Amino acid sequence: MNLLFVVLIPLMGAGLTAWISRFGRLWSAWMAGLVALAALGCLSPSVLAAFGGETLIQRWPWIPELGLELAFRLDGLGLAFTAMVLGIGLLVILYARYYLSERDDMGRFYAFLLLFMGSMLGVVLAENLILLLIFWEMTSLSSFLLISYWRHEEEARNGARMALAVTGFGGLAMLGGFLLLGEMVGSYDLSQILQAGDQVRADPLYTPMLVLILLGAFTKSAQFPFHFWLPHAMAAPTPVSAYLHSATLVKAGIFVLARLFPVLSGTIEWNWLVVGTGLTTLLVGAWFALFQHDLKGLLAYSTISHLGLITLLFGLGTPLAAVAGIFHVLNHATFKASLFMAAGIIDHECGTRDMRRVNGLWRYMPYTATLAMVAAASMAGVPLFNGFLSKEMFFTETASFLAEHPMGWLLTVAVAFAGIMAVAYSLRFSHDVFFNGEPVNLPRKPHEPPFWMKAPVEILVAICLVVGILPALTVAPLLQVAAASLLQEPPPSYDLAIWHGFGLPVVMSGVALIGGLVVYAERRPLFEIADQLKGRLDARAVFDHLLARLYTFARAVTGVLDRGSLQRLILLLLLSAIGLGLAGAIGSGSPLTGERPRMPIDGVTLFIALALALVSGATLLLHRLRLTALIVMGAIGLMVSLLFVKFSAPDLALTQLTVEVVTVVLLLLALYFLPARSPAESPLWRRLRDLGLALAAGGGAGALAWSILTRDYDPISDYFLANSVPGGGGHNVVNVILVDFRGFDTLGEISVLALAGLGIYAMLFKLHLPGPMHNPLGRPWNWDRHPDIMAALARLLLPLALLVSVFIFLRGHNQPGGGFIAGLVTAAALIMQYLTNGVAWTHRRVSSNMHPLIAAGLLVATGTGLASLVLGYPFLTSTFTHVHWPVVGDFELASAMIFDLGVYLVVVGSTLLILVHLGLMHSASHTPAIEAMRGTAWKS
Amino acid sequence: MSQLAILPILVPLLAGTLLLLTRRWIPLDLRRGLNLSAAFLQLALAALLLSRVETGDILVHALGNWPAPYGIVLVADRLAAWMLLITAALACFALLFAVAKGTDRGSRHFHPLFQLQLFGLNGAFLTGDLFNLFVFFEILLLASYGLLLHGGGAERVRAGLHFVALNLVGSTLFLFAAGTLYGTLGTLNMADLAVAVSRVSEENLGPVRVGGLLLFGVFALKTALFPLHLWLPTTYAATSAAVAALFAIMTKVGAYCLLRVGTLVFGPDAGPLAGLYADWLLPLAVATLILGSLGALAATRLRTQVGYLVLVSVGLLLTALGLSTRSGMGAGLYYLAHTTFATAALFLIAELIANGRGQLSDRLDPGPVIPLAGWLGGLFFVSGLLMTGLPPLSGFVGKLAVLRATLETPIWPWLTAAILGSSLLGIVAVVRSGSLLFLRAEGRAEDPPPVSAPLSNILPILALMGICLALTVWAEPVLKLMTEVGEQLLRPGDYIQAVLAPNAGRASP
Repeated sequence: MNLLFVVLIPLMGAGLTAWISRFGRLWSAWMAGLVALAALGCLSPSVLAAFGGETLIQRWPWIPELGLELAFRLDGLGLAFTAMVLGIGLLVILYARYYLSERDDMGRFYAFLLLFMGSMLGVVLAENLILLLIFWEMTSLSSFLLISYWRHEEEARNGARMALAVTGFGGLAMLGGFLLLGEMVGSYDLSQILQAGDQVRADPLYTPMLVLILLGAFTKSAQFPFHFWLPHAMAAPTPVSAYLHSATLVKAGIFVLARLFPVLSGTIEWNWLVVGTGLTTLLVGAWFALFQHDLKGLLAYSTISHLGLITLLFGLGTPLAAVAGIFHVLNHATFKASLFMAAGIIDHECGTRDMRRVNGLWRYMPYTATLAMVAAASMAGVPLFNGFLSKEMFFTETASFLAEHPMGWLLTVAVAFAGIMAVAYSLRFSHDVFFNGEPVNLPRKPHEPPFWMKAPVEILVAICLVVGILPALTVAPLLQVAAASLLQEPPPSYDLAIWHGFGLPVVMSGVALIGGLVVYAERRPLFEIADQLKGRLDARAVFDHLLARLYTFARAVTGVLDRGSLQRLILLLLLSAIGLGLAGAIGSGSPLTGERPRMPIDGVTLFIALALALVSGATLLLHRLRLTALIVMGAIGLMVSLLFVKFSAPDLALTQLTVEVVTVVLLLLALYFLPARSPAESPLWRRLRDLGLALAAGGGAGALAWSILTRDYDPISDYFLANSVPGGGGHNVVNVILVDFRGFDTLGEISVLALAGLGIYAMLFKLHLPGPMHNPLGRPWNWDRHPDIMAALARLLLPLALLVSVFIFLRGHNQPGGGFIAGLVTAAALIMQYLTNGVAWTHRRVSSNMHPLIAAGLLVATGTGLASLVLGYPFLTSTFTHVHWPVVGDFELASAMIFDLGVYLVVVGSTLLILVHLGLMHSASHTPAIEAMRGTAWKS
Repeated sequence: MSQLAILPILVPLLAGTLLLLTRRWIPLDLRRGLNLSAAFLQLALAALLLSRVETGDILVHALGNWPAPYGIVLVADRLAAWMLLITAALACFALLFAVAKGTDRGSRHFHPLFQLQLFGLNGAFLTGDLFNLFVFFEILLLASYGLLLHGGGAERVRAGLHFVALNLVGSTLFLFAAGTLYGTLGTLNMADLAVAVSRVSEENLGPVRVGGLLLFGVFALKTALFPLHLWLPTTYAATSAAVAALFAIMTKVGAYCLLRVGTLVFGPDAGPLAGLYADWLLPLAVATLILGSLGALAATRLRTQVGYLVLVSVGLLLTALGLSTRSGMGAGLYYLAHTTFATAALFLIAELIANGRGQLSDRLDPGPVIPLAGWLGGLFFVSGLLMTGLPPLSGFVGKLAVLRATLETPIWPWLTAAILGSSLLGIVAVVRSGSLLFLRAEGRAEDPPPVSAPLSNILPILALMGICLALTVWAEPVLKLMTEVGEQLLRPGDYIQAVLAPNAGRASP
């Protein structure tokens, strides 16, 4: 159980730490320390078992469906890394307490730091690979937050983004690799994966899987060519550099190499990829480290170089090399963290880290200088310090490589060269900073830092020394269990002594030490070469270039597609429709024309069809004269209603007729605000393109219609004919379908109508459009707005029209008519009053507030349905009965008629809502009085 | 018992109508209360419905007591109930935000339109009739048009015009498609269509294929699938946050229809027409995924960027659904829920960010420090994790599920590469925006808007993120349920029998 909490305590503690900082900035430091200690305490019960070589596994199910479990594992390898994360973490917390200045938000810093600590613990303790990946990405994210901690600095922001982009890329690649690995083994559990090495290596997908996982590991561990993010991450506060970017985060990639070593290593691919990358990184890092003027820059490149060294060791693939690798991980963490802390102290005390200015500090801070130089000596691989031991093992391994491989001498030479450079940059760190003349123009006068700021450095340096002198008594047991769990077998015997007898490794060490001294002494010509090489081989420039290209590409692609043009949208939709239609037709192999016998063509149909075609063509030709085109278009509607009459659909004909009238009035009102003529805006090619498109779409629709009409089919409509009277109580099947069989559709459609009204209302809301004062020919517009004769006539017509609509409504269930048509007739009659008598006159008599009418209609229609629901029948179940009225005679009452009443009300309300508000806007463009009235109407 | 299937439709219809009726007569607070109660009632109903159909029952409500296929039926299966639940939960929190922010003050139409939009959404998820689906599409279109314009402004009018004009063409296409199918198969009930399609004669194969593919085009437009995706970023960026948040479910209607029609009518039993949609879906979905990520990189405004991220999620969702496997559907439906809530949260955050930057609004240029930057920055960070699918939240779980599902197909290298690549582009894009908006901010806005009741603005966002957190913690049961949804979809016989076989799941009056 405790392993879960080891990870959770820092993650949860992060929030607590951020919160508690409101009581005082130091509270958060104490809190962070306590949290780290608590995590350590939580781990302690398991430490002995892990030391004894046991592998503790604790698991809780999370998403077994995806093979994802909260499974944790503590073995020697995990223990070594956990000790590093928690131990150095505690020291960094202490150090940062003194490092951060008054202006820095300590709560935020410690919260991010603990987030990182928890994530990193998750990485090293995970048993499930996917869980490992989750924590892995969380380390990238918390690293982003920590690098960008000083958010006002551009370097910090850019460095953080770069780090996240590179490691994020690696993380995604690694996810792919882990998924493949999981597929191969059939589990994401390390326990099972570690047993399946042979199976994995024999898998045909081994190489892609390996490359993906290595991409993850290499990006995280700053291996060439992904190393460039690490120097830029130095914009982070120095405690972060010490903790994340030397001791822990960058070791996560190494950790994965170590973790999966028994599974992935042992192939040519592994050797080439890992050795090649490690060697290149070792050399590149070592070379560039010497020429940095920034103290932290030097340390960053040296870190890259050491990470390359460790990677190279794992790449060699031998058990001893792996042991050496893990040993160097521990040693590097101690000396590099202390060096970073020392660099932070120097920065803190001097106000700069530029080694051209920071010189001769020995006189100002001899104590710190001693500590730093001890650590630097360890970094250089000087005997009696821990760095020497692992470096000696490293030389031994490469030397044995020389014996086994014909080209092995290349490796030996390269490694020796890297050793020389390491000594040289370590010397530069020590000599340049603490000796080499006087400080140049420092912002502050340096002196020794407070005691507790030095304490973490002292502890780390002490470890360097003790391990370096007495390895067998200190680090040996930990190394032994770590190596055993890394290799999944007892490690081969090795000797941690300082002196192994004379041999090639000792020669290499000697060469490195002497060569390093020489190189440092004769560094001037080298600096000139480095200056000339500056700008070449700059991976960061490549990255920036690639990123810029990516942005350009993204903008270009998006810009080409997304023009913000409605024409473009519709073009794509039509093209898609045509394409889909063609694909459907061509892929099927069935003929265009069906087998249904053709009916003879009669004169009337032919006439209407020809007229329709003619009128449609005329609309096209006349479309620039908008008013004329509209009138011609009205003719199309009339033709269609004639066609309905011809095919015995009087309901449809009536509907079409009334809809046509109302639509034309609406369009006329809208056209008033538009220019009378459409200008020719499109170039010729575009019109030709549109012509082609129109022909294709129209032709396609025609072909489709033809293809359907020439086929026999067996629709469900017979049922409607048979059940209209017995089931629906109406002889007019169309109406029964509308209000009964498919009454629910109608309910939906009247909601659509209501919504259309509201939508147009919303669109006109607060819209001010200037109306033209005269027509295109220059004649003033409507000088007599409400001719008396017409007004009087229209008023006379109103009761008649209303009566007609009542009649149409009542007969609807059995004969052509119904609520929809009746509603349109009523609306048309009322519109006439608006048109002939003016808005003001009409408003004194009819309320402009149509919303309640619409709502009432919807409510009536829904209520009809609800009534049947209450009675235990499905929604909208209808019933009917016949009553005998004294004078009228036998009369049918159907519940569907109440539904139809709802339809009627919504139609009247919505149509008038649209017309009245268009009309009000229309008049408002002329009369201020109306404008005022419109204002009150909008208050609704 | 089947009455339960119609209640999620009736509640918003009645509430919307009442809100329309009383818009002048009762005070705003009361209308807000009414709207909120209706929304939460729908949440409860959806939960109840899901618990009823979870076992595999399919509830059928035959409207007007007319038997299928003659009348219209409402069908509630696992998928429909799940969609209803997501919709209702989303609606509750979008509405709470609108109320807290005062978005609903613009005009008195907001509340009725909101409920009528839910009427359209719930209806589209429940109906078992193709033409009725068309009707609900129209309701959705017009309600969303009204909501889109809510608050006014030239940008919204323009975006609204594009939206409505394009969708009207789409509606026409729907009519063509429905007419073609009715003209050859003689029915509109979807279960009946499935039966008819499985028996279609070779001679009629052509028109049916054309009809089916035209329908695919309509749904692709609704769900913003490449090449019909361009309307989405501009439309979503133009409208108010609460509305954009509610729109997060709108593209899912298209995805739902693709899934419903693709599995039922052109499902595994459809003979020569089986899998008609799947072949088209996968490549187009991958294209959407990639173009969406590129668009997110290229965006110059935060809301446009979120719009493009929505496209990325559409692409990923349809990739998963396009696999047509049990695990693909399970993963896709899990991801659907996650992305709906995550998108909504990000839209809400984007508006709060835009409000705090004065004239700059949500343009991705360096600007002043936003009031409440700590809160908003944290929220943006979390929603960035959700949207880009970074661990440890539901975005990652969903992506992992989809990735695992893709591994079962022979073309997995391409799909995995596309998904992982687009993730990387998404990360780069979102990190850039976050860095610009929060890290690079200097000074204060010239006329900082008064921050009124910030916590109540943030609470709905936290609630939406809370849902995502719940989806993470209880990922296992949810994924299991989603896989069961997928199983039910891959067995269209159940649906057909429930609808067409009498007394199998129908109420007898």
